Amino acid sequence: MTDNFIYLLEKYLDTSANHEERIEFENLINSNPELYKEYKEQKRIKEVLKQMKLKNPSVEVWDSYWLGIYNRIERGLAWIMVSIGVLIILGFAALEFVNFIINDNTTPVLLKTGIIILVFGIFVLLFSVGREKFFTRKHDKYKEIQR
Amino acid sequence: MAEFELLVKSNMKRAYYAALGFLGSHDSAMELSQEAFIRAYRNFKNFDNTKKFFTWYYKILRNLCFNYIRDNKKKVSISFLESADYTNDEDDPVYAIEKNEENKTIEAALMQLSFEEREIIILKEFEDCSYKEIADTLDIPIGTVMSRLYYARKKLGQKLGKVLS
Repeated sequence: MTDNFIYLLEKYLDTSANHEERIEFENLINSNPELYKEYKEQKRIKEVLKQMKLKNPSVEVWDSYWLGIYNRIERGLAWIMVSIGVLIILGFAALEFVNFIINDNTTPVLLKTGIIILVFGIFVLLFSVGREKFFTRKHDKYKEIQR
Repeated sequence: MAEFELLVKSNMKRAYYAALGFLGSHDSAMELSQEAFIRAYRNFKNFDNTKKFFTWYYKILRNLCFNYIRDNKKKVSISFLESADYTNDEDDPVYAIEKNEENKTIEAALMQLSFEEREIIILKEFEDCSYKEIADTLDIPIGTVMSRLYYARKKLGQKLGKVLS
């Protein structure tokens, strides 16, 4: 099928063809039975689809639609705040614990060294993950597509 | 937030019907069209005010639906079409049953099309978008819209066979 035929057919079916386009299309289908059959088929499918429509939901759906979105946005923000709060509290508790161990004269030096290395390792790990996320977000042009 | 609320309210029906066409189920269409609005809200700073909100939103919705279909191939229950003319259904129960069967056949045939084919049929035949609107929404030339629509209809015709005759 040529691009021109498809173009004329679509405009004809859509009733958006102008006078010249209509004449050209009618000449085409009248002079070629294959094209006429093609036109009839496409027209029939369009007619069948025209008898259908997408199901309407109940009216209440629209009344509560925005509220559903608002609640989910609000809950999302609440979860972020809860997570940040928990992180701050846990961070503070961990810092206090480390301080306590380090400042305690009875703690063996080996344990103190181990704790310092552990804390340093966690910081490096967090920094590395954060940097990787940041660069991926900045350079990945498909970032909005969920893989 | 008030500005976004207005945008949601003026686009929610179109969003829902687009999702319904993709997914074929009311619950999934509700869930994903709302989720797309939430993602649009989170990224609202990236929205170019000189462009149409729905075109931008539609890209988010489309990706969500595409991923959902890919991940839930066998779990989707289909029921998204109804007769555009109710009067005959009420008068004649036999006609209503036949019509219902026909709807199911068309639904099944539509769901057998590829994502892009179904999308273009839904936009043109059910949402009544113009070629220009579809071209803008999908970011493709009008010629491509026309040929994609033609081949999608042709494929649908092959799957419908009996209903067409």
